[in-house]
Amino acid sequence: MRRSMLFIPGNSPSLLMNADVLGADSIIFDLEDAVSPAEKDSARILVRNLLRRFDYDSCEVIVRINSVDTEFWTKDLDEIIPFHPDMIMPPKTNSEDDVRLVSQYIGTLEEKCGMKKNSVKLIPLIETAMGVENAYRIASADERVAAIFLGAEDLSADLRCKRTKEGTEILYSRQRLVVAARAACVDVYDTPFTDVNDDEGIRKDASFAKALGFTGKASISPRHIDAINEAFSPTQADIKYAHEVMNAIEQAALEGKGVVALRGKMIDAPVVARARQVIEMEKAIYGA
Amino acid sequence: MEFQMNKVVDSIQQAIKASGLKDGMTISFHHHMRNGDYVMNMVLDAIAQAGIKDITVNASSFFDVHAPILDHIRNGVVTGLECNYMSSLIGKAVSEGILEKPVVFRSHGGRPSDMEKGTSHIDVAFVAAPTCDWSSNCTGRIGKSACGPMGYAVSDAMYADKVVAITDNLVEKLDDISIDGKYIDFIVNVDQIGDPKGIVSGTTQITRDPVGLRMAENAAKVIKASGLLKDGFSFQTGAGGATLAASKFVREMMIKEGIQGSFCLGGITSYMVQMLHEGLFKELLDVQCFDLDAVRSLSEDSNHKEITASEYAGVCCDSAVNHLDAALLGATQVDLDFNVNVHTDSNGYIIGGSGGHSDVAAGSKLCIIIAPLTRARLPLVVDRVVTISTPGNTIDVLVTQRGIAVNTKYGKNKELKQRLIDAHLPIMEIEDLKRIAEQYSGVPSPLETSDRVVGNVIYRDGTQIDTIKMVLGN
Amino acid sequence: MEIIRKAWAGTGESSDAYVLVSPANTLEIEISSVVYNQYAKAIDKAVRETLADLGVEKGTITINDKGALDCVIQARVETAIKRASEAGV
Repeated sequence: MRRSMLFIPGNSPSLLMNADVLGADSIIFDLEDAVSPAEKDSARILVRNLLRRFDYDSCEVIVRINSVDTEFWTKDLDEIIPFHPDMIMPPKTNSEDDVRLVSQYIGTLEEKCGMKKNSVKLIPLIETAMGVENAYRIASADERVAAIFLGAEDLSADLRCKRTKEGTEILYSRQRLVVAARAACVDVYDTPFTDVNDDEGIRKDASFAKALGFTGKASISPRHIDAINEAFSPTQADIKYAHEVMNAIEQAALEGKGVVALRGKMIDAPVVARARQVIEMEKAIYGA
Repeated sequence: MEFQMNKVVDSIQQAIKASGLKDGMTISFHHHMRNGDYVMNMVLDAIAQAGIKDITVNASSFFDVHAPILDHIRNGVVTGLECNYMSSLIGKAVSEGILEKPVVFRSHGGRPSDMEKGTSHIDVAFVAAPTCDWSSNCTGRIGKSACGPMGYAVSDAMYADKVVAITDNLVEKLDDISIDGKYIDFIVNVDQIGDPKGIVSGTTQITRDPVGLRMAENAAKVIKASGLLKDGFSFQTGAGGATLAASKFVREMMIKEGIQGSFCLGGITSYMVQMLHEGLFKELLDVQCFDLDAVRSLSEDSNHKEITASEYAGVCCDSAVNHLDAALLGATQVDLDFNVNVHTDSNGYIIGGSGGHSDVAAGSKLCIIIAPLTRARLPLVVDRVVTISTPGNTIDVLVTQRGIAVNTKYGKNKELKQRLIDAHLPIMEIEDLKRIAEQYSGVPSPLETSDRVVGNVIYRDGTQIDTIKMVLGN
Repeated sequence: MEIIRKAWAGTGESSDAYVLVSPANTLEIEISSVVYNQYAKAIDKAVRETLADLGVEKGTITINDKGALDCVIQARVETAIKRASEAGV
């Protein structure tokens, strides 16, 4: 279950060591924008040492590497891959070629380290007009791609429009990514909400993203994590209904009935699939 | 009225002379001006000038602003200290052995109780009074150096042989008074008793540290899961970042569930003033203001009430702490028996004191300690704290960022533990917290100290619960 | 690896360490730390481990530690040495 993803600056020991207690389902150790060019080496070594030393087993670990048009990305992967991050996030992904380039390089490292093939997944960050146009091809480019992620700050600059709280300027891109990801059967993550002090704003923005079909949302602030988790979790009513659906299915199976109804409504396959998802989320959130 | 003005003397020197202060006596001060206090330094300078020696200073707290006292100690003017809290600048000198006699550490409740019982005697009390009237009544609520309540000075005024009020605002008549003029023997009018900006000297801002906020949120969830958060709820937090932040989450829960609390106690901050004005609590019981918003509120809002140290935390009476539902406190160390240290750091240096810590822990139904599992590598949970400030049997829950431990060591809190587990809070044993901290930091080398005692920790009931040893290398 | 120029890594923030390395004919390690009493041995051991891994035999290594975990100190030492060596920046 990955509802929330929290960015942690890659060169800050105190934040890195407590990254897993801030409530986020995934933590993104950032070697890119949060690290100045002069400190790329120190952040890379620091993140590698922390991954080597700690399990971070209560959440998923993603490392955002530098983009393929820099001199840093292969060095980033050389240090990080041997210590089994769950996912790598390549930024500024423009095309399926960008994805394959990174994937192949990871593949050679996996082989060299005796790791299971394709054990490190990819979550390409799409934050250019070209990337949005190629969203489906990016999402379906490679077996490693488990999700795609929209980055609206760079994107709005590329689109030459102002980034607003309402987000009208990124609505098309959001919807485009959701459709692309669902067509490619991968997850899809929404851009961070950048006003750290606007509690109501993050709630609205997260609910809107959920309504559009996103799997979850990233954040640059620990303060936004609870609101994101809440927006992307099933409600108590959802959970109750899901259990009713499953009970009705079981009951029908016992009685040998083919057609099942609940509260006078037919339960068809999509309803059952949805109920299963909800119960899975319930287990992940509250324990078995 | 006129005759009472006879109490006014021209200078602190004259007041000292008139009070009959002699070598070997004990004088006292309160700490309502916190790090903005000018009075203690002025009085000690005058005592030194008068050639008086061997004075014991009993102050409810010493702050860094009082560092000039160290010279008076070196010169033999001051030979003993008693307090409830000592900030690190003076604490360092004491830890390095500047005094022959051990410092007597009490709590905010123990100090007035010991005066009431007669086990702590004050010869002359010097009371910084932001405003004083012609009948020598004193208040802290108004005046250019307003500090809010004067609760810590009330027992001094009642039980000291002689009492000198030192003010920078003499008025004709006061309606609301903190200390009755009948207790005051002399009044000195000076230019300035302190810098009100120094009142905000503690850590009274809500933390922005994400780990602190996470712990605060979990502490608030503990309160909710305990079942105490219902109409009539009463509450106290420390002024430290994470404990103060917990009140933010408690506030949100109270608003969401429409809960009307009874009172907030303790050192009062603007945040509690806000909760009073929002109708979440019926009253604030205020022994000390931590910021100037709280000072203003005390003089303007009749539901914001001034109390004395004895009413706050005393052991001789049914004090307010005994009516507390939940209290949130900090710690520098906690041990496997849940004993808490707030006196010394991991190197054995004095950096604080109980203040009201042990009183609140003893009185409250649910006492929660909030602290990060490591601070700059040092583990919070240790086998044995360097100094026992608050005994473990008065602590109920420890909240850290990596787990919550419930104290069931003393045959209590079994039901509480189950409630917290049912609420899906990350409950573990305190031994687990120690182990996790050491997984991160490694096992620290044990602290070695000298054998010489530099401080005695006196519990609120008057018994000694620990000693503080001199640090090595001095 | 050989330390051929002066270089540094890390910061003076809490839970971090600032490491300065410079060329010398012998190996010297100087440690100052806010947790010296509790962790001096552990820090010394961590630094020596990293020096051995990198094959550093000479140089002055100055550690100013603000309560960093061993793996953080080791990262800072490694970065400083790589910056100070031929292959470095």
